[in-house]
Amino acid sequence: MTPALEILDAGPAMTLQDLGRAGQLASGLTRGGAMDRLALHEAAALLSQPIKAALEMVGLGGTFKASADTRIALTGAPMAATIDKEPVSWHGSHLLPAGSVLMIGGVKSGAIGYLSVGGGFASPETMGARSAHLVAGIGSTCVAGQTLLLGRDMGGNTDMVLHPDNRFTGGEIGITTSIQTHLFGEPELERFVKTTFVRDARANRQGIRMNPDCTGFSAAGALKVVSEIIVPGDIQITGDGAPYVLMCESQSTGGYPRIATVLPSDIPRVAQTPLGAGLRFRLYSFQEAVAREAKARAEVARLRTRVVSRVREPHTIADLLAYTLVSGVVSATDDPFEGKA
Amino acid sequence: MTDAPQIARVGVSGVLVTFGDTLTEQANLAAVAFRAEVDAQGWPEVQETASTLVSTFLVVDLIVVEYQDIFARLSALLDSYDWRTAALPAGRKLWTLPVCFDPDVAPQLEDAARVAGVTVKEALAHFEAARTRVITLGFAPGQPYLGMLPDQWDLPRQANLIPRVPIGALVIAVRQFVLFATSAPTGWRHVGQTAFRPFDPARDVPVVLSPGDEVRFARITASELAELEAKDSLGGAEWSLLP
Repeated sequence: MTPALEILDAGPAMTLQDLGRAGQLASGLTRGGAMDRLALHEAAALLSQPIKAALEMVGLGGTFKASADTRIALTGAPMAATIDKEPVSWHGSHLLPAGSVLMIGGVKSGAIGYLSVGGGFASPETMGARSAHLVAGIGSTCVAGQTLLLGRDMGGNTDMVLHPDNRFTGGEIGITTSIQTHLFGEPELERFVKTTFVRDARANRQGIRMNPDCTGFSAAGALKVVSEIIVPGDIQITGDGAPYVLMCESQSTGGYPRIATVLPSDIPRVAQTPLGAGLRFRLYSFQEAVAREAKARAEVARLRTRVVSRVREPHTIADLLAYTLVSGVVSATDDPFEGKA
Repeated sequence: MTDAPQIARVGVSGVLVTFGDTLTEQANLAAVAFRAEVDAQGWPEVQETASTLVSTFLVVDLIVVEYQDIFARLSALLDSYDWRTAALPAGRKLWTLPVCFDPDVAPQLEDAARVAGVTVKEALAHFEAARTRVITLGFAPGQPYLGMLPDQWDLPRQANLIPRVPIGALVIAVRQFVLFATSAPTGWRHVGQTAFRPFDPARDVPVVLSPGDEVRFARITASELAELEAKDSLGGAEWSLLP
């Protein structure tokens, strides 16, 4: 029998996501795919397999039961997770034994967590991908009672760890100019990069609204702009002057002017900025942007070399007292990073 | 903007060639024809192309492809021909789409006619005589923008959006029709209803219309619409190749 993962309980915004569908822009279908593509790369590194579709869980996870022993990887925004009520760590891989229950709760930081499985999910592809593209009507959200078939796992380790970058708390987002930046003019762009924004509640797979701590932004002749192509990361300024960062499931073209575009390697950080967190945009010249992206890609290519075996957790070590656990004394109250001149 | 086509970098992920800063027939034709020419060149650096209302878009990974190199090649291609006089690509289709204009499913037909300064009967005569062209597909997958209608139909968008029109809704504004591919809010006026789904991922060919195709409407009754809706997602659409 084909192994499967049963969804016993599902958060409100759980979908299957891979890298989406490139090549359909001429038809008006945007790529879609995972909001945080880096989380899929991390899962692939942890499970030593090519990138496969994962369950994307926005804010809240779900409860799952596997029909056979299954390797799993937990990546993206850290969430509270247990296997048969024993806590398991995020940013790592585990064995989910047949019949055991995996519970994934709410996010601890960031916004979107990912559950990947060894062999990937084997649901049928639509137009070359397994990603749900809700706006286009491809696929749908996952619900309790659903059973997802699993692909054949070629095998590999479990209990591996991959410490991620810190992209889960907002911060600085790299941007560069694009086709409509000139409509805003130098002073407006300068004001934009000096502004602190707060991630708004209005956020989905199409775009994320960022509220400025000052008056909104505007472009000359914004109402007469001809509708033009959109790429993921474009920062669209709507009527009230607040920017929306357009994400993977945005419309393919749009008539609102766009002040700049987020560098592809910083889109995961945008996706993972939690509600209410602050962020700023930093403008890079085209040359700087190219250099920065090349470096980010090289880091993604090196992810597999950063995967390490998990240090055994103390409560599972039977002969715990035989170890020398303390050497030297540390203070529980002193801040070790505070300078004491 | 000057009359000359403009080449611009789209962030770090593509290049846009724009043929005008307002939507004109000429600029749109140039965008469609230039896209076909770029496709014919078969440059390996170009991952995909699309035409928008007035531009040709090329997906190019500018992290590894020198922008100056692609810019130079596009300049040379632009200079090789007057794209504003370009003929439409070969293999275009003429589609006949059944549309129901009954008030129940065309709630703003009367309002649209009033704004255009014609009677409903005259409006319907215009729509049935119109032979529009797919200017672009976009916003939602497979969703056609059909134009250009005479100046009389330069209707402004409504400030108050219709909360939701159904899939297959025919709406009108700014000298164009849009045939909705998804159920969505719109500021355009809902003047007709088809059983045609511009995008159906379960269909052999999910998107059947292409930019450059021509479309005319055949009026049907509400019961004929219901029959077509029950049949399949093509809604009775038929096509023949244009010479």
